[in-house]
Amino acid sequence: MAQAVVAAESGAVAHAAHEEHTTNTGVSNPKLAMWLFLSSEALLFGAFISTYFLYRGRDAQFRKGPTPDKMFNIPFTSVTSFILLMSSLTMVLALAAIQRGDHRRLRIWLLATALFGATFVGGQVFEFTEFYRQGLTLSSNMFGTTFFVLTGLHGVHVTVGIIWLLLLYGRSMQNRLPTEKSLAVEMAGLYWHYVDIVWIFIFFAVYLIPQH
Amino acid sequence: MTTVEDATAVVHAPTRKIRILERPKETTGWFSWVTTVDHKKIAIMYGTLAVFFFVVGGIEALFIRLQLAQPNGTILTAARYNEFFTMHGTTMVFLVGMPIAAAFGNYLMPLMIGARDVAFPRLNMLGFWVFAFGGFFLYSSFALGGAPDGGWFGYAPLTSTPLAQGYLPGRGPDFWAVGLIMLGIGSVATAVNFLVTILNMRAPGMTMMRMPVFVWMMLVIAFLTLFAMPPVTAALIMVFMDRNFHTNFFNAAAGGDPLMYQNLFWIFGHPEVYILILPGMGIVSEILPVFSRKPLFGYAIVVFSGIAIGFLGWGVWAHHMFASGLGPVAVSAFGLSTMLIAIPTGVKIFNWLGTVWGGAVRLRSPMLFALGFIAQFTIGGLSGVMHSIVPSDTQQTDTYFVVAHFHYVLFGGLIFAVFGGFYYWWPKFFGRIMNEPMAKLHFWLMVIGFNLTFFPMHFLGFEGQPRRTYTYPTGMGWDTMNLLATIGAFIIALSVLVFLVNVIYTSRRGPKATADPWDARTLEWSTSSPPPAYNFAHVPVVTHRDDLWHRKYTEDDEGRLVKLPAGAAVDIEDEAHAPVDPHSIHMPSPSIWPMIFALALPILGYGFVFKNYFLLAAGVVVALFGLNGWAIEPSTEPEHAEEGH
Amino acid sequence: MDRTHRLRRAGATAAVAIAAAVVLASCGNSSGPSNKQNALRPAGPYAHKILDLTRPFFWIAVVIGVGVTAGTIYAALRFREKPGEERFPKQTHGNTVLEVTWTIIPAVILATMAVPTVATIFELAKKPEGPNVVHVTVSARQWWWQFTYDDSKIVTANELHIPVSTDVDLTLQGPPPCSEPGCYNNGVIHSFWVPELNGKKDVVPGRSQFLKLKADRVGTFLGQCAEYCGLSHANMRLRVIVQTDADYKAWVANQLTSKSEQFYLQGINNAQWGCASCHSFKPTVPGAVAPNLTHLADRCMFAGDIFQTNEKNLTNWIHDAPSLKPMGDLTQHMPNFSAQGMTKDQANAIAKFLLANTASGPLPPEYCPQ
Repeated sequence: MAQAVVAAESGAVAHAAHEEHTTNTGVSNPKLAMWLFLSSEALLFGAFISTYFLYRGRDAQFRKGPTPDKMFNIPFTSVTSFILLMSSLTMVLALAAIQRGDHRRLRIWLLATALFGATFVGGQVFEFTEFYRQGLTLSSNMFGTTFFVLTGLHGVHVTVGIIWLLLLYGRSMQNRLPTEKSLAVEMAGLYWHYVDIVWIFIFFAVYLIPQH
Repeated sequence: MTTVEDATAVVHAPTRKIRILERPKETTGWFSWVTTVDHKKIAIMYGTLAVFFFVVGGIEALFIRLQLAQPNGTILTAARYNEFFTMHGTTMVFLVGMPIAAAFGNYLMPLMIGARDVAFPRLNMLGFWVFAFGGFFLYSSFALGGAPDGGWFGYAPLTSTPLAQGYLPGRGPDFWAVGLIMLGIGSVATAVNFLVTILNMRAPGMTMMRMPVFVWMMLVIAFLTLFAMPPVTAALIMVFMDRNFHTNFFNAAAGGDPLMYQNLFWIFGHPEVYILILPGMGIVSEILPVFSRKPLFGYAIVVFSGIAIGFLGWGVWAHHMFASGLGPVAVSAFGLSTMLIAIPTGVKIFNWLGTVWGGAVRLRSPMLFALGFIAQFTIGGLSGVMHSIVPSDTQQTDTYFVVAHFHYVLFGGLIFAVFGGFYYWWPKFFGRIMNEPMAKLHFWLMVIGFNLTFFPMHFLGFEGQPRRTYTYPTGMGWDTMNLLATIGAFIIALSVLVFLVNVIYTSRRGPKATADPWDARTLEWSTSSPPPAYNFAHVPVVTHRDDLWHRKYTEDDEGRLVKLPAGAAVDIEDEAHAPVDPHSIHMPSPSIWPMIFALALPILGYGFVFKNYFLLAAGVVVALFGLNGWAIEPSTEPEHAEEGH
Repeated sequence: MDRTHRLRRAGATAAVAIAAAVVLASCGNSSGPSNKQNALRPAGPYAHKILDLTRPFFWIAVVIGVGVTAGTIYAALRFREKPGEERFPKQTHGNTVLEVTWTIIPAVILATMAVPTVATIFELAKKPEGPNVVHVTVSARQWWWQFTYDDSKIVTANELHIPVSTDVDLTLQGPPPCSEPGCYNNGVIHSFWVPELNGKKDVVPGRSQFLKLKADRVGTFLGQCAEYCGLSHANMRLRVIVQTDADYKAWVANQLTSKSEQFYLQGINNAQWGCASCHSFKPTVPGAVAPNLTHLADRCMFAGDIFQTNEKNLTNWIHDAPSLKPMGDLTQHMPNFSAQGMTKDQANAIAKFLLANTASGPLPPEYCPQ
């Protein structure tokens, strides 16, 4: 929710590029705002990731239910994770394109990034339904609770990012995203890379560190 | 580019088909307030609504005091009492304390650093509307199935237990969790905005170490808000999920730990205390030098103490949990860290006294409130240090001793500073000086009422009266002090009434204020009262800390104050009134979109509380509609921004 | 102008006088009322230790508080600008020596406080050991207390009997985990607090915590739940009855003797009202959700230590409990039997039966001071 606001405001401010003054820190206002906002988000994820860690393995002695070692399909998730990481690369290419003034490539890379993101979210949806079919629900045990809420929260962030990218794509299609407004793409990029980095943490924390 | 003053611009406004989609142009009338992005107007709205909620929360407090005036009180039912103490706390923290800081910060911070507005005017507007809608969302719960009744701290599993088990009847805890998440979004938006403004938009020469202490304190609380809100948001999401979707976060039967909630809540909750009190410290640090005709004693150490409090505030949260059973090692560590935080706080108090000492003290109402702050905040601080003695705290926690303690800090401290701030900056806000005899009556009534209400509570706590109890039996020996506290509460109410009468009186009969009625020190007094929309005709160039002062005074060889020749002082007035073509100053245009987006939040909120998918969908649509309009709309109308664009 | 001045000074004097009066009134009787729930009147070594730790710092705080307040008032009056006067004071920007001094002095005071604080924390956390220690498990319910004696297995409610000058080791046990699907916690956080015997400690679902008590004199000491636990939080009180060793042993023996369960079930007409589905009538068996009633009439008070155990109160309680103690929507609580057709006479008969058959003898009056 809040990230959408920052997206809108930064987009709008970037729109009016002529407003840019020199700032005291030398970092432009929208970019500084984005960094601050992302640092705040880091604590939100931090709270859920630490909750996940603190509750790990506590379900065994309480509720029986599907456990991670039986559920995870590591190769599958690794592939979708890899796709998400690749989307960071295409995001960089999109920014480079608009900075060069290559709007055709900008659109291609924006779309590619959104597509990679959507693939990742699709993989997550598939994974969730699969787990649910095997009996893992929000309430079945502590693993279900922490797993779904943590990865779900991340999924929501990726989805917001996809919508953001598509809005940029739409604006570019209408020729309303000229080269001097590259900041709008840069902001989306900051957010997108951040969400990717968070996933690396979650992927290690949830999937790769073995449960005892 | 255009300015909001440019009335003729209306004529050139692009014609669009639908009224609401047209960019608003009004600069007067109610619609100008709804669509304003001017930090000063937003500040006045913040302030007005915060005072309104202060009265509402105060009325709840009066009912609480009536109920407890004697044993076995029957004014309120247990259920109503629990709603009232929960909403009293929630209101005073989230709907009074935080917004009042946003009000003062919004109005003063850009003026004090010589900026024309905040970095993101529309984000600023969003912050206000989220607060307004969030506040009314919380209070609508009274009519829609029960107000929050789990305490402002909402401990799980009491709040997180699914409704069916009936621990907390009604939808109260759902409204509470969703409402607080909503308010948190607004607070983070405002915090980001303030941070960027302070870090990026200072006038030439306004180095960090020349900033007024008030601005420093706003910087610290913005950082605290930024990092304190996410943990509590996480905790609230967990509570809501547990209660409504049967997750297990705080379900001991599935391995959940109720103390997890307490940790997450107080990691927010303790910095929150500093978010509430630091603006008060900032206000007092502005008032004392002006009314003592002396610079703040030890500016650097006051600033660094504020920063130190901000940092240490992250390491003391578990002192709210000394009775929770954390184990002797953990409670010792947190006891020691709590003692540590007393040091920078003490330093500030002594520096304030040092400021007054040897000055030319003018005992005007702002000064009285500031002096009241020092004494009362000290008492609150000392009882706070008593909590760091962990074994003592196991007797004091959750008793009226704690109620006394934090009211000395937040009422005797923050609220006194806020009223001092009102009397001090009222001429700047509204161009009129408040009636002084009434202001003094307000002060004395409030001092007497406040101390009569809360001082006896220290003893009630030691004598065994727990907090949050709607009744107590006869024969406990608590009757007299409770009665005194109730009488005191009504004296406080009377004092607030005097203030409100004064506001009305002043708006009609108050003498008009000059730009600098108090002979003050900081930049906000260098522009007219009230300031024009663009704040400063010429962006000030700052050469000193307390820049305005140094344009009026200098020191002789022995450090005595010397008035500069009259001409220098006139310059300031001249500058404020220098003929400027307002058309040449480019101010952001009004907007409707942030409010539309903010409107989506309560719709989504009701959708979550009642699990109504229609409302959820409607909320998403409204949010996207608002965001899209916001993103497309430039912050300043480009048609006028650059001809031929 | 002069008049306003006098007024101002009169106002200041009045405020100081009132503040002083409040302080003196509060300190006049420095230990407050003898309400049996007063942390200022400790009745055992642990509560004493806490008060002894608090007291010196309390007085340091008083000195600092009075000093700063007096200093503020003094500075304001001493340096006040007279009407019409325009003074230009010396501009001091700070004084490093002074500032360092008032940073170091509080630091030293705090450091001195820290040492005994930490020592006391660890002392109070030490489990009592030895053959005489009484071990009791405390469970907190909405809104009453259950005490289970680990050795004798006695289960009782709201009134904890302990021998004098003997360490009591309390295990504060969160509600037992429930296993049926959808079950959540089975309870909330409460806090066990008997101020005259020790500080408080929370009873947390899923946790088992430690608190010890020791009383150095015979008598009754009151306490109550100190963590907000919902609607009737105010009605969750308890008492600790400290007895001589002999009296305590006699009490234990009495608690363990009882008539057959069948006898009670008939007496209360369990077939019609189903009391035993929640309550228990065996001395060592806890009720499913409600207090053990085998020795109900041995207790001064009932319903979370809020009503005196007498015929009138008991009759009304059995007839319509929720009208006497707010229960809200709690799924498990003493129901309104009048709604199930119970007449006042039927309720009275049950009350009479309970009073006559659940007492071990007349209550010693000193246990139930009123």
